Amino acid sequence: METIVHEFPPYREHEAAHEPGAHGHHEDIGFWRKYIFSTDHKIIGIQYGFTALCFMLFGFFLMLMMRWQIAHPGAPIPVLGPLLAKILGQPAAGGVMSPELYNSFGAMHGTIMVFLAIVPLAFAAFGNYVVPLMIGAPDMAFPRVNMASYQAYVLGGLVMLVSFFIPGGAAQAGWTSYSPLATSIPTDGQLFWIIGMILLITSSLLGAVNFIATIIQLRAPGMTWMRLPFFVWAQFVTAFLLLLAFPPLEAAAIMQLMDNVVHTSFFLPTGLAVGGQLAHISGGGSPLLWQHLFWFLGHPEVYVLILPAMGIVCEIIANNTRKPIWGYKSLVYSVLVVGFLSFIVWAHHMYLTGMGTKIATFFQATTMMISIPSVIILTCLFISLWGGSIRFNTPMLFALGFLPMFGIGGLTGLPLGLAPTDIPLHDTYYVIAHFHYVVAPGTIFALFAGIYYWFPKMTGRRMNEFWGRVHFWGSLVFMNLVFMPMFAQGLEGMLRRMSDGGANYSAARVPGVLDTLPNDIMALHTWILWAAVALGVAQIPFIINLFWSMSHGEKVESDNPWGATTLDWQAPTPPPHGNFAEPPQVYRGPYEYSVPGHATDFTPQNEPDRPGTPVFSPAH
Amino acid sequence: MEIPYAVHPRPDTGIYNAKVGIWLFLASEVMLFGALFSAYVLIRVGTPPGEWPHGWQNVTLGTLNTLVLALSAITTLMAWVACKVRQFGKFKFFHGCTLLLALTFLCIKGFEYDDHLTHYEIHLTAGSNAGGSIADGHMVENDPKKDYVIIKGRFVNDEQELIDLRSQKDIRETELKIPRSQIKDMQSYGPWHNDYLALYFTMTALHALHILGGSIVIGYLWGPGRKLWKVDPEHFTNRVEVSGLFWHFVDLVWIFLFPVLYLM
Amino acid sequence: MSDPNTAKPAGEPEVREHAVDFNYYLRRCVYVFVAVVCAVSLMLVASYLPHFDWPAKVAMILVVACTNAFVVAGFLMHLISEKKMIYTLLAFTAFFFAGLIGLTVWAMQDFPAGTVTH
Repeated sequence: METIVHEFPPYREHEAAHEPGAHGHHEDIGFWRKYIFSTDHKIIGIQYGFTALCFMLFGFFLMLMMRWQIAHPGAPIPVLGPLLAKILGQPAAGGVMSPELYNSFGAMHGTIMVFLAIVPLAFAAFGNYVVPLMIGAPDMAFPRVNMASYQAYVLGGLVMLVSFFIPGGAAQAGWTSYSPLATSIPTDGQLFWIIGMILLITSSLLGAVNFIATIIQLRAPGMTWMRLPFFVWAQFVTAFLLLLAFPPLEAAAIMQLMDNVVHTSFFLPTGLAVGGQLAHISGGGSPLLWQHLFWFLGHPEVYVLILPAMGIVCEIIANNTRKPIWGYKSLVYSVLVVGFLSFIVWAHHMYLTGMGTKIATFFQATTMMISIPSVIILTCLFISLWGGSIRFNTPMLFALGFLPMFGIGGLTGLPLGLAPTDIPLHDTYYVIAHFHYVVAPGTIFALFAGIYYWFPKMTGRRMNEFWGRVHFWGSLVFMNLVFMPMFAQGLEGMLRRMSDGGANYSAARVPGVLDTLPNDIMALHTWILWAAVALGVAQIPFIINLFWSMSHGEKVESDNPWGATTLDWQAPTPPPHGNFAEPPQVYRGPYEYSVPGHATDFTPQNEPDRPGTPVFSPAH
Repeated sequence: MEIPYAVHPRPDTGIYNAKVGIWLFLASEVMLFGALFSAYVLIRVGTPPGEWPHGWQNVTLGTLNTLVLALSAITTLMAWVACKVRQFGKFKFFHGCTLLLALTFLCIKGFEYDDHLTHYEIHLTAGSNAGGSIADGHMVENDPKKDYVIIKGRFVNDEQELIDLRSQKDIRETELKIPRSQIKDMQSYGPWHNDYLALYFTMTALHALHILGGSIVIGYLWGPGRKLWKVDPEHFTNRVEVSGLFWHFVDLVWIFLFPVLYLM
Repeated sequence: MSDPNTAKPAGEPEVREHAVDFNYYLRRCVYVFVAVVCAVSLMLVASYLPHFDWPAKVAMILVVACTNAFVVAGFLMHLISEKKMIYTLLAFTAFFFAGLIGLTVWAMQDFPAGTVTH
């Protein structure tokens, strides 16, 4: 059988085989095309990363102001209060947060954190930078589409930010924008929210197409599906979730836009009254329809938030235990099953909408089922630690921290997924604690781990280890101090989205039926506020470390300072345009650490068995 | 630096990159229009019996549009075939036809929209007219300086009579002059009028936007984009194929939109 | 290479997947167009049939529409000769599409007795 020698990139016979204007030459393309309008996946990844981190900080400040209001209702916000009053005027008169302003901060905190911070950072930033390197590709399959997706993201973010400054303020109907509230609130902020969401969805769809096509088509010779690092599998499934789950929300957003602007009644029922007056609408719509379409995305969206994080943690654990990941095949099949099942569990967010028992049971069953592959993934990661030579560097600390934190978050989701126990817990602080545990000390820890881990590849320098540990311990302690008390608050019945921290709710007590929130529960507000402030302070070393290390960090001694096996660490530092001087040939799986008899404790994927091994064809 | 498999297929998948990309994109579009169709199903199923309109569309125009779009799908495919056999003249002819047919579709659509938006349902004040309390018809004259409006339509007693037009055989329309003092409420047959029209306008407008987008891409390839033909005909052919796939998808959506909105 | 309208494929290294015959495609296109005209006529007739109620008519029309769609997708989009990967993608999409519509309709139809007013 003849060995087909496959040239990579494919050999072209005629000279000018590319479109006029494409970069086949190495002339300098100037600052604007190199850094601002770049089509290079690494630059785009970094652009996404920085923009997302800025939005995350902004969302964090929104939360701090909200926590102040909850702990001290009606009191002027220190430091930021006067600034708010000057910028926003009436809604923040005297530096005091009005209830409407609280609602808009709450809606925008959720929207910004989910759609402008975590998804762009976890999926777009890390994915764009790392995935082509990890599969041995020169770039993404569609570089210009990649640039367009970043630009759509920035535009969407700008629209969301601008909405704070328009009369009436930003959206106030929650990040879930339920109708008819979202159509009845007298502000154009809801409209800006919808337009922003349409832009962000477009950005995600373009990105998803790019990722999937790249992973399918541009794997280097020898990089079979079962030799892909788990991070790539996680990004692949995430891209599919974005591709197929976002469009129904886009359709719903268009319909809500029509409701708001053109006065249709897609989601507005017959007989709707707003402000005591019958609304002048045709009626006939269904608010539940919005909920179904929203959560059809909303549930896969939370897997979009967690899967890239699991991928990052897997890479870092393998690397810092110096042994293969336990259960690679289980991990791959589990992530595929999680992705598949995530499309048919969404109505567990809607148990209290008056559903019948049959449909509730269906969604409860699928929700319980999806916990199985999630636990398999977590278990494989835990078992991978056993017998490892663990290196406790900063990325590993964050990766290790992720495991129990995601465990808490995931386990506390079970009573929410079971319909009967969800009844007292729905829309309480228990839910807030649950999902923040998964995303905040869960995903965000993994993202921090990834930043410390890949920083040397991007810059050729390490981040400072000491301040990295300070960042880690501070974040771990204060994240738990912020969110753990919220479980107790939710179990006592404290509801979400109460701008005064429950004071009025408590005042409406009916003896024997509806009691006040206990004083010790209310007292937790102050603890949580100060824990949140401390959490913010703990991020300062990280921010300084990040920027300082770019120019003053300890230089790395090689292209592969962590001694990693994956292809991204076999590329030059930082990788040039086109990534690899010679196309990599892959000979082995992604986690060949501590192979007996090998000179070093890691064997890179592109290291041949012995010198002179022939190149083989990619036909698998 | 060159992206591999941009023009020639990858051996194990058998496809070039852009084709994978467009099918992925079309899958997402299936979900987009799917959500709108699911909204249609839900809203219609939730409407009390006898309240869902029938016969509010011009079936002749809809059928004509269907055939126009089907023909454009044919010409799109033939344009690609012409590229495959390297006969650029035929490509120019076929995609020229595609663009003209797209324009025809949009013009007919625009006419239909105008027809709806000039169709008014006027609720009259109590006791105004022995012929009925609702006047329904197309606006003939609506001069703000005058104290009356003229529509060409008919009087009915109940909104229910306006719901199912298919079961009504001969509707006689005459010019009706209605004093403004007798008008309680006047509303055109726009998307605000009822959920059927909301769905009709939203779904067909989104579809029309896709027609417009597809026309722009095909127009680009037919016009300025044809430079690539001289440099790399296979790459150009692939672009024609990929844009053709999008166009066929848009035709597929109409194949469902037409019966759902016009015939049911 | 002086006539740009008939650029000959001289020097192209790749294997053309199938030799493309212009007239073969033209014939197939005519058949597809005829099929579309038939389908549209059938749907029109079905919608005006006097002795059936709406659910039956809707079912008939949808069956014809699906057949029409299959003809367009199969022949004009080459879906019949497409690669397995595309089929897999479309199969998953079809499943999730069915789930979106089916589960949502089920959810809105399943409610405790007496709790919905219309």
